Amino acid sequence: MHDKTLKQLADALAARQISSVELTGLYLDRIKRFDPQLNSFITVTESQALAQAAAADAARAAGKAVALTGVPIAHKDIFCTQGVKTSCASKMLDNFIAPYNATVVEKMNAAGLVMLGKTNMDEFAMGSSNESSFYGPVKNPWNTAFVPGGSSGGSAAAVAARLAPAATGTDTGGSIRQPASLCGITGLKPTYGRVSRWGMIAFASSLDQGGPMAQTAEDAALLLNVMAGFDPKDSTSTHIDVPDYTATLNDSIEGLRIGLPKEFFGEGLDADVEQCVRDAIREYEKLGAKVVEISLPNTHLSIPAYYVVAPAEASSNLSRFDGVRFGYRCNDPENLEALYKRSRGEGFGEEVKRRILIGTYALSAGYYDAYYLKAQKVRRLIKNDFDAAFANVDVIMGPTAPHAGFKLGEKAANPVALYLSDIYTIAVNMAGLPGLSLPAGQSNGLPVGLQIIGKHFAEARLLNVAHRFQQATDWHLQIPAAFA
Amino acid sequence: MALEEKDVAKIAHLARLQVTDAELSAVASRLSTILNLIEQLQAAPTDGIEPMAHPMDAVQRLRPDAVTESNQRDAYQKIAPAVEDGLYLVPKVIE
Repeated sequence: MHDKTLKQLADALAARQISSVELTGLYLDRIKRFDPQLNSFITVTESQALAQAAAADAARAAGKAVALTGVPIAHKDIFCTQGVKTSCASKMLDNFIAPYNATVVEKMNAAGLVMLGKTNMDEFAMGSSNESSFYGPVKNPWNTAFVPGGSSGGSAAAVAARLAPAATGTDTGGSIRQPASLCGITGLKPTYGRVSRWGMIAFASSLDQGGPMAQTAEDAALLLNVMAGFDPKDSTSTHIDVPDYTATLNDSIEGLRIGLPKEFFGEGLDADVEQCVRDAIREYEKLGAKVVEISLPNTHLSIPAYYVVAPAEASSNLSRFDGVRFGYRCNDPENLEALYKRSRGEGFGEEVKRRILIGTYALSAGYYDAYYLKAQKVRRLIKNDFDAAFANVDVIMGPTAPHAGFKLGEKAANPVALYLSDIYTIAVNMAGLPGLSLPAGQSNGLPVGLQIIGKHFAEARLLNVAHRFQQATDWHLQIPAAFA
Repeated sequence: MALEEKDVAKIAHLARLQVTDAELSAVASRLSTILNLIEQLQAAPTDGIEPMAHPMDAVQRLRPDAVTESNQRDAYQKIAPAVEDGLYLVPKVIE
């Protein structure tokens, strides 16, 4: 059963071939058996899951089941879950039992999905390797000597190893797409504002966006149907109608214009990854798409601009963790200032502290114009590049990450080397665009992701384009042998 | 752009973040590496470019000025490190 997609599981539940309690038990057993090798979960919510599953079965018996009633899912531990530890993989929130649900979690609960637990991640979503977690690194199910990517590394590894049929993730600079690429699953970062950020612990508020991580584009469409929509509680949520993302999955892509940015195929791109991406593009040409060479000339500035904007916003957002109202408090502070400084110094990990310090510096008196304002101007240059490109193409394609993966510890000593691995994903966040990664090949036994970038609110088109590829190929059906 | 230890100490104070004397040198070196990366921005021509704060240049939506929240003090204080009589406790501020 665990080799089934979310859609197939929903169909099996609807046909009464299995109950939600049985299905949930099956995944809980897999987590018990396999997760010690992966560390993809921070918290497993077994009793709540079985209660939710029983409720789902009762709803079905009463004729009240909807599309995903009774289907299990895992949530990234950045989404607040009422009565359940929500740690953001930080010592700071190791004792934090969320007093309310994130909107995404509320919507999932209302749709009858069953939460298996909370997945591991980089601390406060700051990282690309899942090595900054207070709870230890997550391992890549394809080769446990390798990182799963990050920051949604636990969600990606859990789905890849089929410890959960799907999971939620969040993406500030690539945190859904890059781990999806490294773990061989399908991950979608929606348009900024498409999915509510309420109850999603904030990292960089002008960039953060939640989205689905699943086996297939069809599964991602089913989940986005539940997750997307206006939320009065999120002041940056957009008031635009949500289409049925499954309705257009099979639309023809005959004549689709695919833009290939020359900046995504230059220095730094692994040869195997390039080969996989070029093979995938050729598959699209067979399906009737046309390739157009394009340029996004300011791509190289996206990482420097991001490392001003994201830390600046993080330094402000993370000022709420002060040891007073919730979270970690140091022992025996000698005064109030010591309480703040020591609680934060002891509660945050190294990478989080670095970003708070960079952000504080960039926003401090005398430096604001040179850093934050300058980065915001460069951000517009990056967006203008996309606007110009989308005048001539329908979607943009390229690699999701410059490599198929790297070993645990390989980039630990040099944060900047790790930052550079997000070169193809960060510009998409800067411009607020939707982006999707889907498995499109392998290199030395590790999956390789193809990234598809769309216009604002073109999620349906991205999912359609991804689905058509998955109808013609089987990379998305590959399961790592140790977890098959 | 290289930060010195005294710069890091000042930034850390502004962020109310403890960085011990023993850590200052290593932190200064790491932060300087990141600032060198950021420094590439200065070469970008941005004359006449409007800063972009929101991907769709949206402005903050306002809601009616009406009470919408109920009092949940007990629930929120249940997870606080130290409370007494409905108040959050911190070390004495005024002698």
